[in-house]
Order: sequence, then structure tokens, then C-alpha cells
Amino acid sequence: MKKTLKHLFSLFAVFALVFAIGTEAMAAKAGKTLKNTKKKGFVKCGVSQGVPGFSNADASGNWTGIDVDVCRAVAAAVLGDAGKVKFTPLSAKERFTALKSKEIDVLSRNTTWTLSRDGGIGLTFNGVNFYDGQGFMVTKASGITSVNGLNGVSACVNIGTTTELNMRDFFNSKGFKYEPVVFEQADEVVAAYDSGRCDTYTTDKSGLAAQRTKLSDPTAHVVLPETISKEPLGPVTREGDENWSDIVRWSLNVMIEAEELGITSSNADAMKTSENPAIKRLVGAEGETGAALALDQEWSLRIIKQVGNYGESYERNVGPDTPVGLSRGPNAQWINGGILYANPTR
Amino acid sequence: MIFKNHILRANEFIAERPKLQYYLPQALTLFFIVFVIGYFSFNAGVNMEDQGMETGFSFLGGEAQFDIQFHLIDYHGGMTYGRAYLVGLLNTILVAVLGIFFATILGVTIGIARLSTNFLVSRIAEWYVEMFRNIPLLLQLFFWYFAALRALPPPKESYIFFDFAILNIKGLYIPEFVWTNFNAFFYSILVSIVIVVLFIIWAKKIQERTGKQYRKFAISSGIIIIIPFLSIIIGGVGLEFIHPELKQISETIFNYEGGSKAIPELLALVVALAMYTSTFIAECVRAGIEGITKGQKEAAASIGLTPGQILRLVIIPQALRIIIPPTTNQYLNLTKNSSLAAAIAYPDIVLVFAGTALMQTGRAIEIISITMLSYLTLSITISILMNWYNKKMAIKEK
Ligand SMILES: N[C@@H](CCC(=O)N[C@@H](CS)C(=O)NCC(=O)O)C(=O)O
Repeated sequence: MKKTLKHLFSLFAVFALVFAIGTEAMAAKAGKTLKNTKKKGFVKCGVSQGVPGFSNADASGNWTGIDVDVCRAVAAAVLGDAGKVKFTPLSAKERFTALKSKEIDVLSRNTTWTLSRDGGIGLTFNGVNFYDGQGFMVTKASGITSVNGLNGVSACVNIGTTTELNMRDFFNSKGFKYEPVVFEQADEVVAAYDSGRCDTYTTDKSGLAAQRTKLSDPTAHVVLPETISKEPLGPVTREGDENWSDIVRWSLNVMIEAEELGITSSNADAMKTSENPAIKRLVGAEGETGAALALDQEWSLRIIKQVGNYGESYERNVGPDTPVGLSRGPNAQWINGGILYANPTR
Repeated sequence: MIFKNHILRANEFIAERPKLQYYLPQALTLFFIVFVIGYFSFNAGVNMEDQGMETGFSFLGGEAQFDIQFHLIDYHGGMTYGRAYLVGLLNTILVAVLGIFFATILGVTIGIARLSTNFLVSRIAEWYVEMFRNIPLLLQLFFWYFAALRALPPPKESYIFFDFAILNIKGLYIPEFVWTNFNAFFYSILVSIVIVVLFIIWAKKIQERTGKQYRKFAISSGIIIIIPFLSIIIGGVGLEFIHPELKQISETIFNYEGGSKAIPELLALVVALAMYTSTFIAECVRAGIEGITKGQKEAAASIGLTPGQILRLVIIPQALRIIIPPTTNQYLNLTKNSSLAAAIAYPDIVLVFAGTALMQTGRAIEIISITMLSYLTLSITISILMNWYNKKMAIKEK
């Protein structure tokens, strides 16, 4: 009798263990950041101080832009409400310190994914929401039509950016002389360029398109055709909380995959009855995608319903019908000749 | 009870040893500070390790990869972060020295003007002080910078002064000085300075012994002008100017190349710092002069000193003792305020090192520590110099 009890007991223990491992593999444990975010009731999101189309606040303090939408997607997934985001405007110089000191939990602010940032300084990059490259803006009157005409110019840039480094690579490789005029605040760069202190303004081409709207006469300037660098921009998190990084990475991924699969904010509910298992997974009608992130089953559905898919966000914020007016270019889906390629949400 | 006895005994022990009484609190304070710093360093180290961050100062030897617009020593992006730090530090020192120089001249002038018996002069000086003292420095800085950018012409329409200096939106240019036989010239200046010093000492002795006064200023200036001049004529010293040249870059873009150049960011920064700090120095000067009693002036006048001599021999030496300590504080403030440079793209230590270098390396703790230590060293140097000067000016009891 005693022996059977003992056997029963060990059998039970083995079951418990198998069960534990099984669920462990399925359901991730909520990380610290996720728990804190739920407790606080809002996502702490770092954005720019105002780059129209990417992250920009209107007169009443409403933030819009494709970078803003990434944070809204995270809020929709985690808190069930895309509106529950606290935005902190940051200069390029402040952004990483703010993230590492936990002033913010997601940095979604035209930030280029580079090796030294990903590896050496305690940051994790979670995909790309805009493929960009560095360009130059000059006045139309200057008559300059190509970067080959830039020998000897002075160039206004933002401090702490990849722009500062690329610029040197570019001028050095061409054997050109130049004078870097380096500001902390983007508005001062614009003002200094506008006043004629610099002959050219250089940054990500998206940034040029956006900041151009702030110049006193936007039509008097042109962006030169060449692109001198690769700038994959995406959301960043702190190293050390994998669960939170996963949530940010896959929230962005859901937006991109939803577009690929034709799921929009208006048809998401109807898609639950789709034949396509990939679609059903993305709207939460099949599989257990939420468990892997320590989220509920509807997390991805809420992102699509509340924020929309990537294409919707793009058209709304930076597309040809907006003041920024950017065509999709490399940011089109891979099936449409672009390089936007979502990983399978399964 | 026993415990109380112990304390009593310890008290006695210490009381009997005055040296211990003096050093013990200091040792404890030092221990406490070392402990706190050690604790935070350890904590930071552990946290950074958790986040996969490297620590240490070896990054200073790495290639900086960024260029700096304005440097007093040779620099390009292929040099090290350490070199970039030096460039930033020297740029900070340059601003501090220029700022202190102009703030002192302006401050003394305004301070004396405030005491003027001329109503208009003293009123204008008062307004100047009230206005520039009460507007935040950062706003003044932006004002001067963007006002300057608005007011200055593009290079093609530069203001040209005496065929020598050129001023436009990209900066103030002067010709580069090219010397032949510069050493002869340099030594001639050195020699003339030595002669002047000897002459002044000798003149003082004569005055003390016989009461005979020489015109020290006129004679000294004569020496300092004549000897280097002779070196130019006899010693074959030559000076040539390489004038900056206007180059066309595109249809509308022009730029001066060659010559020496002060960037508009430097000009705006020096103007803003000097104007702001001069208001405080003016108040120190006014207080210092007002602090000398009327009796002193009357006594000096009664023994036949001229108004100029009264100011030079009686009032200023005494007023300086009141003026120097608070003015030292203003010099320190100016030096620290120069860190606002980063706001208008002047490449000082904050912009170059605590800005670009920090962003590129992510070594926040190391870089901020070095930057703080640099400011501390600058401040202490200024304090030591000013204290030394103050001691020299103090009343020497004979
Ligand atoms: N992608 C680059 C540059 C990003 C950047 O900061 N660009 C500037 C120029 S458009 C900017 O966005 N400034 C806006 C701001 O400071 O608010 C990087 O990650 O270093």
C-alpha cells in the first residue's frame, strides 16, 4: 500500500513536471516592463520633438505619425486601448539615455539600427518600420543638382545621429572639404539652414521631407537625388527584458503582416471566418499567439482594429496624400516589389 | 550603563589627543565619501554589466569618426576620441578666456559709469545692468546668435574692414600671419618685457629713496614698441598676410578659404556671456568703490593728490579687495555657463565630448565624469589664480 502510494506520488510528480515544461514552452512569463506597464495603465513611449508624418503633436497635443503608431499598437496589444500612451519628446542626443534610465520603455523615433547601437550600449532593436537613407537639401537657387556639387559647403546636422558619421564618410570618400555645424535641437538646425548659415541640410530623406514643411519657403529648396547611406529606422527597447522586446517586435510585425494578408481595421472582425489559417491566426481566431508574449488571445486583433495595418498607417501619415508626400518606394510589401517582409506570426 | 561608560571613556580618549580630535572627523568624512562613491560605482557597474554594456576608458584611444567645425589644434575624424576631447576642452577654454576678458572690461566700465555724476550716463548704465541681468542667458544667447545670422550678409556681400577683416554669415575672417624669422621677433618682445619689469622695480626704488617720479607708463610703452620694431628692421623679421580668398562653390554659394576664421557661434557666445556676466561684475565694482569711505578721498585730496592719483593710488587698491572675491565667482559662473555653447552649435567640450562622443560610444558614466572633472579643474585653476591675486592686493601690514 505504502509503495503504491509512493509510485502514484512519483507519477504525479512526473506529470506535473511535464505539464509545467509544456506550458512553459507555450506561455511566456510576463517580464517586469509588461507588469509595470499594466500597473501604470499606459505605455511610456519616446518620440521625436516633431517630425511631421513620423511623430508630431498637433495644437491640442495629439500625437500622430508612423513612429507614434508603433507605440499605439503596443498599447492596444498590452492594455487594450491604443490611446493609453504617454509620449515623451526627445532630441536625438537624449533618446538612448531616456530609454536606459527607464524614463521611457519604447523608443520609436526615427532611430537607425546599427551594430554599435545594438551591440555595445545596452539596446535592442525590434525590426524596421521605415527603410530610409541619408540625403542632402539645398536651395533651388544654388543651382546644385547632385551631391558632386557639394565641395566646400557648410552642412547643418543634428548631434548624436548617424547623419554626423555618414556625412564624414561621404565627404572624405569624395575628397571634398566641408564644415559641419552641429546642433542639438532639430528646430535650430532648421532655423540655421533657413537663415543661410549652412549651404546644405543633411539627414534621413524622410526627415528632410518632413522638416522641409517647417522652412519659411518650402518650395525654394530641393532634395538632391542621391542617397548616401542606409538608414533602417525602427523601435528600440532596453536590453534585459526579452518579453517586452518581443511584444514590441511582434506588434510591429502584426501591422506589416496584416497589410500583406489584406486585413484592415475595417474588415478585421469579418476576417475571423477566413479560410486562410495565417489570417485566422492574425485576428486571433486560431492558434495561441498571445501566450508566447504573455498576452491574451485578441492582442493582434486589437492592433489591427485600433491602429490599422502598416499600409493604412503609412497612407494616413506620410503617404502621397499627406504634406510629407512620400511614395512607398522600398517600404512597399515584398510581394509588391518592396523590401517590407513580415515574419510569420505563428 | 556600560555602554555609556564606554562612550565617556572614548570621549576622554579623544579629548586628550587634539591631533586625533582634528583628524578623526575628517577621516570619517573621507571614508563616508569614498564609501558612497564606491557604492554607486559598484552599483552602476553591476547594472551596466546586466545590460551588456562595456565599461572603462579604453574607448578614448578609438577612432572618433566625426569631424569638428572649429579646432585650435590639428584635428580630423581619423583621430582619437581623446583628441576630440582635447579639441572640445580647448574650445571651452577659449570661450572662457575671451568671455572673462570682455566681461571684465565691460563690467568695470559700466560699474564706474553707474557712479558717474552725469545723470544720463549713470541711468544708461543702470538700465544696461537691469536688462541684461534679468533675461535668462539662454534666451540672450539665441537672441545674439539668430540676430547675428539674420544681420550678417552671405559671403559674396561680406563686410570688409580696412582690406583686412572680412565679416559674413559664415564667420569673421582675418588673414593668416606668415612670419619670417619669427624667433627674433619673439625674443625681442621677451627682452623688452624683462627690461620693462626691471625698469619699474628700479623706478620704484628711486621713488622710495628720493621721491623722484618717472613717467612709468610712457617709458614702458616706448620700450615695448621700440625694441620689437628694431628687431623688424635689423633682425630681418618679416610678416606677410595670406588673405582669405572668395571661392565660388555653385551659382549662389560662395565661401572664403584660407586665413584665420572665428565662427559666428563663437562670436555670439562671447558676446552673450560677456554682456550677461558684465552686469554682475559692474555691481561688484560699484559696491567696491562705494565701500571706500568719503573720508579716504578727502584725506587723499588734502595731501595734494590729483583726482586721477586718488583713484589709482587710494581708491582702486582698497576697492579691489572688496571686488575680487565676488568677481571670482562671476568668472567661475561664466566658465560654467559657457556650456550653453552646445545650444548654438559651438563645439565646446559639452557638444563634442558629452554630446557626439557620448552618443557614438554610449559611455555615459565615463564621459560625464571626465567632463565634470574638466570643469572642476578649470574652476579650481581660476580660483587659485584669483586667490593669489587677491592675496597680493590684500593690505600688507608692515
Ligand atoms: N536616423 C538617424 C537620425 C535621426 C534624427 O534624429 N534625425 C533628426 C533630423 S530630422 C531628427 O529627427 N530630429 C527631430 C528631433 O530632434 O525632434 C539616427 O538614428 O541617428
